This record gives sequence, structure tokens and C-alpha cells, in this order.
Amino acid sequence: MHQPIATTRSATGIPTGRLAVWWVIASEIVIFGGLLGSYVMYRLLHDAWSIEAANTHTLAGATNTFVLLTSSLFVVLGHHAAEHGDGKKAFRYLWLTILGGFIFLIIKSIEWTGEIHHGFVMTKSLFWAFYYTAAGLHALHVIAGMVIMAIISFDTIKNKNLHRVELIGIYWHFVDIVWIFLFPLLYIAK
Amino acid sequence: MSAETSPKHYVKIWAILVVLLILSVLGPMLGIKLVTLLTAFGIAIVKATMVANHFMHLNIEKKYISYLLIGMVLMVFLFVGGTSPDVLMPEGQHWEKQVIEQPVELDHGGHE
Amino acid sequence: MSHDHHEQSFFSKYLFSTDHKVIAMQYLFTGMFMALIGGFFAYGFRMQLAFPGIEVPGLGLVTPNLYNELVTNHGSIMIFWVAMPVLIAAFGNYLIPLMIGCDDMVFPRLNRLSYQIFLISAIVLIASFFVPGGGFSGAWTSYPPLSAQAKYNLTPLGAPMWLTAVALEFVAFLLGGINFITTLMNSRAPGMKMWDIPIVLWMIVIASIVFMASAGPLIAGAVMLLFDQIYHIGFFNPNKGGDPILWQHLFWFFGHPEVYVVLLPAMGIVAEVITVFARKKLFGYKTILYTTIATGTLSFFVWAHHQFVAGIDPRMANVFTITTILISIPVTEMCFAYIATLFGGSIELRTPMLFALAFLAEFLIGGVTGIFLGSSGSDIYFHDTYFVLAHFHYTFVPIAIISVFAGIYYWFPKMFGRHMNETLGKIHFWGTVIPFNLIFLPLFFLGLAGQHRRIYSYENFPELAKPYLQDLRILATVSLIVMLSFQVVFLFNFFYSIFKGKKAEKNPWRANTLEWAAASPPPHGNFPELPQVYRPPYEYSVPGRELDYWPQNEKA
Repeated sequence: MHQPIATTRSATGIPTGRLAVWWVIASEIVIFGGLLGSYVMYRLLHDAWSIEAANTHTLAGATNTFVLLTSSLFVVLGHHAAEHGDGKKAFRYLWLTILGGFIFLIIKSIEWTGEIHHGFVMTKSLFWAFYYTAAGLHALHVIAGMVIMAIISFDTIKNKNLHRVELIGIYWHFVDIVWIFLFPLLYIAK
Repeated sequence: MSAETSPKHYVKIWAILVVLLILSVLGPMLGIKLVTLLTAFGIAIVKATMVANHFMHLNIEKKYISYLLIGMVLMVFLFVGGTSPDVLMPEGQHWEKQVIEQPVELDHGGHE
Repeated sequence: MSHDHHEQSFFSKYLFSTDHKVIAMQYLFTGMFMALIGGFFAYGFRMQLAFPGIEVPGLGLVTPNLYNELVTNHGSIMIFWVAMPVLIAAFGNYLIPLMIGCDDMVFPRLNRLSYQIFLISAIVLIASFFVPGGGFSGAWTSYPPLSAQAKYNLTPLGAPMWLTAVALEFVAFLLGGINFITTLMNSRAPGMKMWDIPIVLWMIVIASIVFMASAGPLIAGAVMLLFDQIYHIGFFNPNKGGDPILWQHLFWFFGHPEVYVVLLPAMGIVAEVITVFARKKLFGYKTILYTTIATGTLSFFVWAHHQFVAGIDPRMANVFTITTILISIPVTEMCFAYIATLFGGSIELRTPMLFALAFLAEFLIGGVTGIFLGSSGSDIYFHDTYFVLAHFHYTFVPIAIISVFAGIYYWFPKMFGRHMNETLGKIHFWGTVIPFNLIFLPLFFLGLAGQHRRIYSYENFPELAKPYLQDLRILATVSLIVMLSFQVVFLFNFFYSIFKGKKAEKNPWRANTLEWAAASPPPHGNFPELPQVYRPPYEYSVPGRELDYWPQNEKA
């Protein structure tokens, strides 16, 4: 497609793509913030939720935090490679990151399957409703990030549009940060 | 600048993050509420800041991006601040809101 | 500039175009179409109120359920599917690239996606009118438990569809907003400094930022409410530990800034129009800009004034009363700056100018009556009466209708390369503004008399069924029909002028901003050569200069 000249201008000094990603993240902060804010208020009101929260698997959550942190490392290394014009290396790191996303989702599905079998479904109580809604919304972001990353990677390997590695990286780190907060909120605070 | 963006630096940050993660899991096992809160949420904030600064490169990005993101976080606090007096205080002088923990009824949607 | 000059098919040119001007037109026409639906709904329920129980021509008998459906969707359509797409998306898309002197938005495909999602949301909404049970009828504020449980709102399918449509619409405008903000920040023409940006663009972009910062909690809330509706989870059901007041907060945390999201672009359009037709520099450019930012910021601190009678913490009610009264200061300041712009100018009363002046006058009434509602004490009486309704129509109609007309009449020559008929425009103006006042002034009195909103028929309320009150209702309804029928004049003028209007040259209004440096209508790519900017946008009647205008791109 013909790229408009508008896209190449940079009056702020920040490249257009990166500036847009920052705004995407800004808008996501309030979306997650609204949900988690509501959760925190309810959680403070209902002491009884700690009994429900005791049924979450801290280990699974911790493993997933570790997986996401590691994938974050991979994507930043990919960004570093892309910055130095090494598309092949960036491609490998992008796919390592996607692999991290897969492991995250697999652990999550095993975890959820177990919980659902034990009867901890969304309708059991509001805690579980929030648990599945918040983690589900986050998982959707993980999936979206993986899809975008996969699409980008095929340009990256041809050394095309290398700046996009940084853009998806920033988004992926944000998804990571959301999980960093979800983990104590849903798993640790018991 | 270059020291901030070298692979070695990234691995170092990652290692610190993993150590913090282990601390945040071990902390609550002591069973002291204050320690739990500190290790769980204090460490979460530290971790998030580290990821934002070193992985998202907010440390070398233009300052107003940080202010923008912090502003958005403040929006969330504003919302919670304005809402919590109502949501967290269900009792009033002239009315009462009963909080019942169990689901008392299963409603079936639709109308007869 | 190199362009692919191959002929595009109709399909790819008008339906799947990435050109910001085509997308703007898509938004504009979709918005106009939705406005017709919204206006028709208003006609439906106003007929029922004036003549209870009659067979409304074109609609049939208005049952209580249908009445609720009409009221709910009239509000939702007019705000989400008329004001937002036309004011922000249509004008934003059209004006931002042209006024900052570049060839397109920074993300043309994102722009197209934004419109497509918006179109789907409109289709979902319209489809919801035809499902069993009918469209959602729990009011546009959608308070649970009424909205959360089908056994109360009686629309098991309409409610989730309405909510889905609103959520999709938000996604569309978030995408669009990111595009607007990034384009304005990054793609300004060389030489265009912060203070050279036309005020309407500042306002559209600040509105987009306000929208972005306020819509988040409601998107989360919409997901929660959707789960309540479908899975009966009870996020907002006290029996299950939820809290219906939380929804009200989530909704109004968005809902009140939303008022300013649509107000600001309207104010911006008016600023452009009055400077051109008063041939005078905009009074206090920076003051207006700072008050815009102040309005945007303060708009986040006022939301709970919608909930004074919902049983919120009285201490919070005090805080929100103060902030609500405070926000009238920057808005008033803006109006004063506009009036000061008019003072001493050589005013030309063309159709766009008439609409712009009407905006100022009518919005003033809306603003002043808001003071009574923003004070928690008097709001206890006024709350949920027709006084509220008349108040916000005195703000929203100037915003979403009158200023939009000002904008359309003003930019029509640029959009379609032809002029609209001036006489028909003036007929349309008087035929819109006079009936508008006759609709809503009576409603103030009805509200003061204690008439509650959302009542299907007042026949069962002896105090409200008195003949003199009924006469006021009939007056409002008849005025509405008059106002709606005068829109035919506009539609005729609009579509006739697209094809047969007088040809317009490049800069028919002798305006300064960059869009008038492009051809009328601008081709794909907008400018033959991307312009440079040499001066601020409002240099009209500069002393010592022969011409009374001085285009931004003209070399000194």
C-alpha cells in the first residue's frame, strides 16, 4: 500500500508508530484500571473472598509470571537485534516470545480446567467472576499480541519494517505489567 | 546510553525481576498481613516500574510519555477515589444495604 | 508526490477507501442516517405524550414497551451514533489532515477499520430493534438492575445487543482517537508551531484524549454488565455481593466527560466560523486553548452530580457540587472570548454564521440551567424531571445539531466543490432554531411543575394531567414536527447542491486555514505540493495589508 507522507513526519521527535503504541497503552491502562479498581473495591468490602482466593494456585500463577517475564526478556532482546539490523535474530526472538505466550496459555488452561472441575466457575461467586473476567481479558491481550507478533515476524526475517519489533515489544511488556499486577491481586492476596 | 540497551543489561534486569518474583511468592508465606501487602503489591510496583523503564525504555523516551501513562493511572485512582465512598460504605443513616455472600436466587432471563 | 493513478472501482473507492476524506463522508452520511432514525423515534414518543393512546401515523400504537424502547434508543442514537461520529469522526477525519497540511491520516488503514467497526456497531443497534422482545428499553444510562435482568427490562436480546453495539462503537472511536492524536502530534506541516494549530483541531484532539481517558472504566463495566445479562453473575446485584451504584459510577465517569467530548469539537467549529464571518482575529487564542484544557481536566471531576439522589455519600456530593459549578468558569470564558471576537468585527450573516451565533445563544441557556442541577440541594427537586431533559437538550441540540449545521454549511464548498443554496439555508436555519426553542422551553415549565421523565402517559397522574400542562406538551410535539419537517429543506439543499450547486472556487470564504489552500474538493493526496506554514491561523483584517485575510501558507 502507498504510505502517506503524514506517517513519515515526526514533529514530536517520537516516531509515529511508537507514539501511537503509547496512546494504545494509555487507553488500555484505564480499561484494566476500571476493572481492577472495581475488583479491589469489592475485595476490600468482602473479607469472605479470601476463602475463595485460597483456592487459586499460587504456583501456577508464579510460573506464569516467570514465563511472561522471560518472554519479555526475549522480545526486548529481539528489539535489540532489530535495532542492529539483524532481522534473522529478531525473528528467532519473536518466535521465542510467541512460544512463551503459548506456554502461558497452556498453563492457564490446565489451571482453569482444574478449577472448573472443582466447581469454581464464574457463577460460583463474584470473586471467581472477577478472576475469570480479569484473567480472561488479559489472556485475550496475550493472544492478540501473539498474532500480531507472528504477522510482524515474517516481515522481520526479510529485514523489512524492523521498527515494528520495538512496537510489538512495548505492547508485550505492557501485557506483562498487567499480569504483574493481576498475580498478587488474584493469587497472593488471600 | 549504550549500557542501558545492551543485552547484558536486559539479562541483569530480568534476573532481578525473577528474584523479586520469588520474594513476592515467599513473603506471604510468613502469614503476616503487612508483609504480605508489602511483598505482594510493593514488589509488583517495583517490578512494573523496572519493566516500564528498562524494557519499554521509558528511561530514554521523552518525558511526557511517562507523564501521560502516570496520568492515566491517576485517572484510575480518581475513579476509585470518587467511587469507593459509596461502594465501600454500604450502610447509611436512613437506609440499609444488605450484603449477602451466597447467591440466593438463580434468575432465569426472559419474561413470561 | 507520486500517486497510483489507476481508476478505482466504485466499491474500493467509496466503501473500502483509506482516504481520510472518504472516511469522513462515510461517518457523516452514517451519522445523518442515524439522526433520521433518532428524530423519527423522538416523533414517536412525543406523539404519544401529546396525544396519549393515538395511532401515531407511520408507527402505530405506542405501547409502554415501545415507548421505553423509543426513548432509550433516541438517547443512545443521538449521542453515540450522531454526535460522536459527526462531530469527532467526520469533522476530525476531514479537517485534521487538511488543516495541518498533510496528505492523509497517519494510519489510513486503522482509520478504515475504525469506520468499519463503527458501521457494524450501527448495524447491531438497528438489528436489535427487530429481535423478539424489541430493542433495549432500560434508558440510555442503562442502570442495573433494570438493564441487567431481562425479567425487568423485558428485552432479553435487545439489552445485550445494545450493550455490544455501544462497546463496539467505543472501540471504533478509541482507534479513531489514537489516529487523530498521533496525526496532530506528529504530522503538522513544516513551520506549524503549537500556536499555529487551528483551534478546532486542538478541541477535537483534546476531546479524543478525554474520551480515551474516560471510556476505559465503562468498557470494563460493559463487559461486567454483559456477563450480568447473559450469565446472571451479579456484578451489580446486591443479592450476590455486587453494587448497582458501581455501575452508575462507571457509567458517569465516562458519561459526563462525554458531554465535553462532544462540546469541544462543536466549540471549535464555531470558533472557525465566527472568525471567518467576523473577519477578525480569534480573541485570546491561548486563553481559549487553556480553558479547553481546563474544561477537559475538570470534566473528570464532576461525574457524580448525576447521582445526587442515588444515595451517594453526602460529603462526596459537596465535592461534586463545587467541581460542577467550577467547570462553568472555563466554558463561560470560552463563550466570552467568542463574543469578544465578534465585537467590532465586520459580521457577515451567512448561513454558517447564523448557526454559529445560534449555538452560542442556545448553549448559554443550556449552561445556565445546568447551575441549578449541579447544586446538590436544588437537584433533589429537579432530578429526573423534564427540567433536566430540557437542560441537556439545550446543550446537546446546539452541540450535535446546530454546530454541525454550521460546520456543514461552512465546509460544504470544500467537501463537494459546490455551494449550498443560501436562501434555502436561511429558511432551514429559522425553521430549525425557532421550533427548537418552542419544543424545549415548555419542557422547562413542565419540569418545574413536577413532570417526571420516562413516564409513558400522564393520564394517571391527576396533578400532571391538567389541561394547561397537556397544552404545553402538545406545543412541544407540534414544534418538534415543524422542526423535523424543516430538515427536509436541508436534505434537499444538501443533496441538490452536491450535484447542481453553484461551483465553488478554492477559497470561497476567504479563510486562512490550510484546507482552503487545497482544491475544492481536494483530490486524493489533498495538496499538489504539501504546504509550509508561516503564520497563525486567524490573521484577519491585519492593519496595513490590502487583503483582509492572510492564509497560513502564504509566504510573507
